[in-house]
Amino acid sequence: MKIRVDESKCQGHSRCYIIAPELFEVDDYGYSHSRFETDIPADLEEKARLACENCPEFAIEIAD
Amino acid sequence: MTTSKLGPVNNWEDDFDILDGAYLNNPFEIWDHLRNSCPIAHSDRRGSNWLPTTYEDITKIAHDVATFSSTQVLVIPFIESQSFSYENINPEVLGYGAPPITADPPLHTWTRRLILPWFSHKKVSEYEPLTQAICKKLIDEFSKRTTIDGATEYAQQIPVRVISHILGVPEDMTDIFTTWVRDFLEFADNSENRFNSIKEIVLYLIGVIEERKILISKGQHLDDMISFLIQEQNNNPEIDDAIVLGMSILLLIAGIDTTWSAIGSALWHLGKNPNDLLMLKQQPEIMDTAIEEILRAYSPVTMARVVTKDTEFNGCPMKQGEKVLMNFPAANRDPKVFENPETVNLKRKINRHVAFGSGIHRCGGANLARMELRIAISTFIDNLPDFIVDNDDDVIWAGGQVRGPRKLPLTFIK
Ligand code: HEM
Ligand code: SF4
Repeated sequence: MKIRVDESKCQGHSRCYIIAPELFEVDDYGYSHSRFETDIPADLEEKARLACENCPEFAIEIAD
Repeated sequence: MTTSKLGPVNNWEDDFDILDGAYLNNPFEIWDHLRNSCPIAHSDRRGSNWLPTTYEDITKIAHDVATFSSTQVLVIPFIESQSFSYENINPEVLGYGAPPITADPPLHTWTRRLILPWFSHKKVSEYEPLTQAICKKLIDEFSKRTTIDGATEYAQQIPVRVISHILGVPEDMTDIFTTWVRDFLEFADNSENRFNSIKEIVLYLIGVIEERKILISKGQHLDDMISFLIQEQNNNPEIDDAIVLGMSILLLIAGIDTTWSAIGSALWHLGKNPNDLLMLKQQPEIMDTAIEEILRAYSPVTMARVVTKDTEFNGCPMKQGEKVLMNFPAANRDPKVFENPETVNLKRKINRHVAFGSGIHRCGGANLARMELRIAISTFIDNLPDFIVDNDDDVIWAGGQVRGPRKLPLTFIK
């Protein structure tokens, strides 16, 4: 599974980071970035889905 | 139940009044009703206002900043004849309002960037020990008693002290700040008090800024947020004195009523639902989802937008100059988006709430607000684990721009 934060949509609500700091890092302005360009560890897939489903800006993309 | 000073509401579809007693006490049923009968209500009380109630409409409007401008964000407008030309205040000092909240791009974009780093996770964690100490001190003062007012003796006291620290203004001003902010946002139907409160805030902050400028010019090192804005003036000529003042006003006002309301609502919920209180004590690891759920279910903040050009939105003919109330609290109760929205489920897994807004104006202080909520609640239940709301009739809710309990009698079971 790959994850990506769409920079044009992210408004820095930080929900993804609170749910999965292992997957996301936020910069000083609150904008989120994925820590992984390649496949994420399998044991974090559930958290990735949760982050995606809690983002109020629909900014997190998941590709299986 | 109180009716608003504009008289009883004839019907909620085209005569709503958000200061009506029924709306203050239980807006949830009114939104549910409207979502089915007329999802964007209208009222000519206090100017022509639209009140959307669905998640889809509210987030759509929030993202269309060209049509729905933030230059008028107050849900209860200032009386038109009033302007800022009084006494020794030059009307131009408030030329920009209070950016970024009252600004559209491009002014919004760069003023927002100036403040965001002050509320990053890293920065906010620096304020955590202070917040903890504030909460503990308040609790020590009343922990031997059997009843307290959780709103005025606890919730109200916390955010104002934290923001005073960040802005570098004295703690002994906190009661005065609270009075000003309440007069400005909460008792908005009393236009004279409201006007005086904003005047006092402006005069006070003008004084603070002048003082800091002198200290800075003498080479003093000041690390509060207002001094930061003043020092940034050297790097960016766009930051004129009116920007520094407008931003300082926003920073003082934005985090007080809002966060206090959220802390109060959380205590109210836990005092009314002993099972949830017990669960939170036994499973502190659910605190993060619990806080998001409290924010969803009891969202404090409604904002406004002004329509910039005649437009038809979801069948409603909105005219230039009319207002739309950004009903984030109702969006968070929309059954199309939230499973059983009326149920408060502290373990709710999927919760795309917009209590902090949606789009470019997403609350700048969200990380700070969350930290304050977490510390305020956990410190309270760690020290005073058994409390109830004895009599709901004694609880007083405020609403309008910011909804939360203003009187909250809690009884300790010892
Ligand atoms: C639970 C507490 C809080 C809630 C529910 C809340 C809610 C909101 C909402 C809904 C907005 C969006 C306004 C709009 O769309 O027009 C907003 C904006 C803002 N809030 Fe908060 N807020 C809270 C606490 C705070 C705190 C503690 C601060 C710190 C000073 C703060 C600072 C701001 C600022 C600076 C903005 C303007 C952002 C912009 O326009 O870009 N808020 N808040
Ligand atoms: S939850 Fe969404 S909007 Fe918020 S930081 Fe993460 S990606 Fe960005």
